[in-house]
Amino acid sequence: MNRRVMDLWVGVFVVIGFAAVLFLALKVSNFSASSFATTYEITAKFDNIGGLKARGPVKSAGVVVGRVAEIRFDPQTYEANVVLKIDSQYQFPNDTFASILTSGLLGEQYIGLDAGGDERMIPAGGTIAKTQSAIVLEKLISQFLFNKASEGKKDAGAQ
Amino acid sequence: MRLIERFFSVIGANTIDRVWRLGFAARFFLAMLSHSGETFRRPRLLLRELYASGVLSLIIILVSGLFVGLVLGLQGYDTLQRYGSSEALGILVALSLVRELGPVVAALLFASRAGSSMTAEVGLMKATEQLTAMDMMAVNPLARIMAPRFWGGVLSMPLLAALFTAAGIFGGWLIGVIFIGVDEGAFWAQMQANVSFRDDVFNGIIKSAVFGVAVSLIAVFEGFDAVPTAEGVSRAITRTVVTSALAILALDFVLTSFMFRGL
Repeated sequence: MNRRVMDLWVGVFVVIGFAAVLFLALKVSNFSASSFATTYEITAKFDNIGGLKARGPVKSAGVVVGRVAEIRFDPQTYEANVVLKIDSQYQFPNDTFASILTSGLLGEQYIGLDAGGDERMIPAGGTIAKTQSAIVLEKLISQFLFNKASEGKKDAGAQ
Repeated sequence: MRLIERFFSVIGANTIDRVWRLGFAARFFLAMLSHSGETFRRPRLLLRELYASGVLSLIIILVSGLFVGLVLGLQGYDTLQRYGSSEALGILVALSLVRELGPVVAALLFASRAGSSMTAEVGLMKATEQLTAMDMMAVNPLARIMAPRFWGGVLSMPLLAALFTAAGIFGGWLIGVIFIGVDEGAFWAQMQANVSFRDDVFNGIIKSAVFGVAVSLIAVFEGFDAVPTAEGVSRAITRTVVTSALAILALDFVLTSFMFRGL
């Protein structure tokens, strides 16, 4: 085979190979969005995190503002310490409310931040005081059944 | 009694032979690495091997990747729509390709397409005593023949795996978005939100690089170690494909258990 033709083909191969890597980095994964952005950490304590996973999204008003960096169990308070990495361009007031929500009926769980009205912002390394645990489906159902049962008892007592 | 004795002695001989070959392969690997300088000083040598193992494998890699992606799209959609989460098709296709199927299937194809031809080439050179002739002309066959083939394979494998993955994702998109009608925005957005560059894409590239080293080493070594007859060369080619496939799958398990622990 002609040398020049071979060189050309090897060049084409290397170029489309790197184009494929670039495609995987930019279009398939979140390389551009989160790998380079500077973040700061804040901690939130939850009684129950349900099915929340590390790397899960942190959203405010439905927009992704950060990711769950780490989930630890605190043996002193028996609570879950969730470390959130928030994009540095977003600041949240001190009385921000963090709750664990579910996207869709069976979707993944994420942390929703509802901004409060405080003038002061949560510093890097700060803590979110007000949190709401994940809703555990079994608890919800048992609560519902319990209410139904007590209603039925009340009705029976009235007659 | 004789039979039992003979049985154990055959097992023992085989085991010792395997261990001996493993040690020989390791020594061969180190010798080849120490003679790799010439490969990079003379890019012409490397370019020829990149052509042979990379460019010539392109068609089979791209077409197989496309079909694997098409099948993943169909099967994934069929399963996901039962749970009403067909938008997750993008994640399913991308993660399974980036993490596992891309590197592993591309490496298996690479072993049978490029690895076997490397073994055949080196084995035939040995059978026709070209390697000995080179040695007599004070040209080291390790530096002139083996090392360029090895490095050509090592360098083209990650690129081929990335191309396989990209073709597969394109196939999944073709089936999911164009033919079935999954929402295009959800397909890409869910994929981007759930595929991490560091944990998924980069680990996939590391995997394919490791497979590239393993397959190229096995291919070149089997060729070098072939019995210099027609039958010996054909046996060496079979051994290349079989050993490479086993090595890829075993290494894949080991690497996966290191990379994706607890995710």
